Amino acid sequence: MDVVVCVKQVPDTEQPIRVRADGSGIDEQGLNWILNYYDEHAVEEALRVRERHGGTVTVVCVGPPRATEALRTALAMGADEAVHVWDPALEGADHLGVSRVLAEVVRRMPHDLVLCGRLATDDNASVVGAALAEYLGLAQATAIAKLEIGDGVATVEREVEGGVEVLRVPLPAVFTVERTINEPRYPTLPGIMKAKRKEIRTLSLQDLGLDPAQVGAAAARVRYARFDPPPRREAGRVVTPESPEEGARLIAQFLQDTAKVL
Amino acid sequence: MPGPDSYRDLREGVRKLCARFPESYWRELDEREEYPEAFVRAMTEAGYLAALIPPEYGGAGLGVAEASVILEEVHRSGGNAAACHAQMYVMGAILRHGTPEQKQRYLPPIARGELRLQAFAVTEPEAGSDTPSIRTTAVRRGDRYVISGQKVWISRVQHSDLMLLLARTTPADQTRRRGEGLSLFLVDLRANLGKTVHVRPIRTMINHHTAEVFLEDLEVPLEDRIGEEGQGFRCILDGMNVERILIAAECVGDGDYFVDRAVAYAKERRVFGRPIGQNQGVQFPLAQAYARVRAADLMRFRAAELYDAGLPCGPEANMAKLLAAEASWEAANAALQTFGGYGFAREYPIERKFRETRLYQVAPVSTNLVLAYLAHNVLGLPRSY
Ligand SMILES: Cc1cc2nc3c(=O)[nH]c(=O)nc-3n(C[C@H](O)[C@H](O)[C@H](O)COP(=O)(O)OP(=O)(O)OC[C@H]3O[C@@H](n4cnc5c(N)ncnc54)[C@H](O)[C@@H]3O)c2cc1C
Repeated sequence: MDVVVCVKQVPDTEQPIRVRADGSGIDEQGLNWILNYYDEHAVEEALRVRERHGGTVTVVCVGPPRATEALRTALAMGADEAVHVWDPALEGADHLGVSRVLAEVVRRMPHDLVLCGRLATDDNASVVGAALAEYLGLAQATAIAKLEIGDGVATVEREVEGGVEVLRVPLPAVFTVERTINEPRYPTLPGIMKAKRKEIRTLSLQDLGLDPAQVGAAAARVRYARFDPPPRREAGRVVTPESPEEGARLIAQFLQDTAKVL
Repeated sequence: MPGPDSYRDLREGVRKLCARFPESYWRELDEREEYPEAFVRAMTEAGYLAALIPPEYGGAGLGVAEASVILEEVHRSGGNAAACHAQMYVMGAILRHGTPEQKQRYLPPIARGELRLQAFAVTEPEAGSDTPSIRTTAVRRGDRYVISGQKVWISRVQHSDLMLLLARTTPADQTRRRGEGLSLFLVDLRANLGKTVHVRPIRTMINHHTAEVFLEDLEVPLEDRIGEEGQGFRCILDGMNVERILIAAECVGDGDYFVDRAVAYAKERRVFGRPIGQNQGVQFPLAQAYARVRAADLMRFRAAELYDAGLPCGPEANMAKLLAAEASWEAANAALQTFGGYGFAREYPIERKFRETRLYQVAPVSTNLVLAYLAHNVLGLPRSY
């Protein structure tokens, strides 16, 4: 089983994120960049597939030079190889552009299974995995919570409203994973050291035979108009009822008249 | 000197492991005075405790700088590495002074974590800080030594398979110099505990598993003496620099822990209609503590850099430990004050660490003894003892 995992480097959401004053994007100064949590689960699932069925795990990332750190995190967990793609023309590429680049990388390597996170915690778009499957012409299932590999087919489970959907999908296929699928391992010291020594190749669009005009910023069908910070939360209203009954009445009144949820 | 990000991967890895052991884990253990077995197992299995063991014996072969970053991160997360840090460095005596056979026999299982060598028995009730005056005696009988005496404050002895032991082999009045006539032994606790080695736990103000140890005609085979007979004190001295640097790093981790928590609380807690952190009376002690922690951090890396380059680092290692232990205590105090009454509450994060970080001004060496070392050996002042 040769598994390819597509990963993204995102800002650590445990830190405060600030929008630039001119609304052109987020302020990257001092941000801590990490491997997208959902992708960490995808890497973990790939490693489990390798443990059960043999084969290799290759992680692929499209992103600026700092994104290699996310690849090292995946290598430290135990991935075999890492491929980094960057090209100045990709600055401003949209999700479909990135998906086309990933499709080209995946096409060039053995792949029985392609895994992605269900979404990236920076823009929550959930587009790349699905688009990648389309560009590769492979079967897909999104947001899977369980994966079992059989002979040429995978059985996957999706959590749907009120139940579980079980799908049988021919391989090779593309799956995006839900965070409930597993608990990712933390790296070991030997893993961290091996990852540090590993050479990470960076491929340009030219290396992949791709035309910047088709996948880069120039081809983007989506452009960000403006970023706004979330509205400031107003201070809550404090009421000091005389009795529990009055308190209950005030709350009910608030829910009915002000919040209009009752 | 390494840049701020030189250890990014290592820090991230240790943080991920520590995230599985949140403060509630440590708080509950503290209440029950239990050994953090699950945490120690995780640290062992992830290979962190074998950081300093060379690759040919199955370790990671890293320097003291990296090892110190590992322990620092444990402390910064709110944990306490005292339960297992000695597994990292007590083996140094075998590594630096053992025979090839001893290294081959002991280091690989220590690296794998199958053998725990994390008890180091030096302190005695009568001798205290004056190590050369210890009285535990080892007498050579044929192919073995027979050892009797008493040790105190021997940490982790109940969670260790092997114990490194310092004992007198030549009476003090028959040696040329103070500090000679002591020898170092590797004691197999598994075979001797409850027979010739008796342990009485000492309860302390922190969850630190330490004990009195009584030795009665303990037999140690000749091949388990580490280093030459009579040179035991010298054999432990070079290991002490490593210990000082690692302890300094734990203090830096504690210091950052206190500053992190106190700053977050000071921003959030509102009294008199504003965050308490808006008052300079709250800000300044935290800024001061932060500056002291950073300064100690630099001295820690300076000492580690010298040690890892094979250069003498006694003064720097001692100063790192001195400054870092003071900085972490100052930060603890500032944090406690910032938390006000809640600083005393068991379910708030500060009070446990407050108790724990106080230890480092007393053990493994007390502040006065570090100052005396600097006064005598660096400043050339007359010896006071
Ligand atoms: C929790 C804990 C764990 C420990 N773990 C270990 C362990 O694993 N192995 C081990 O061998 N030991 C261990 N120790 C012992 C520790 O190293 C000693 O407590 C420490 O070295 C001080 O010795 P003492 O307690 O006998 O104090 P003393 O030597 O009695 O000193 C008491 C005070 O007097 C001061 N003082 C003494 N002489 C002088 C002087 N000449 N000038 C100025 N001031 C002086 C000291 O600085 C100290 O403040 C541990 C101690 C504790 C508390």
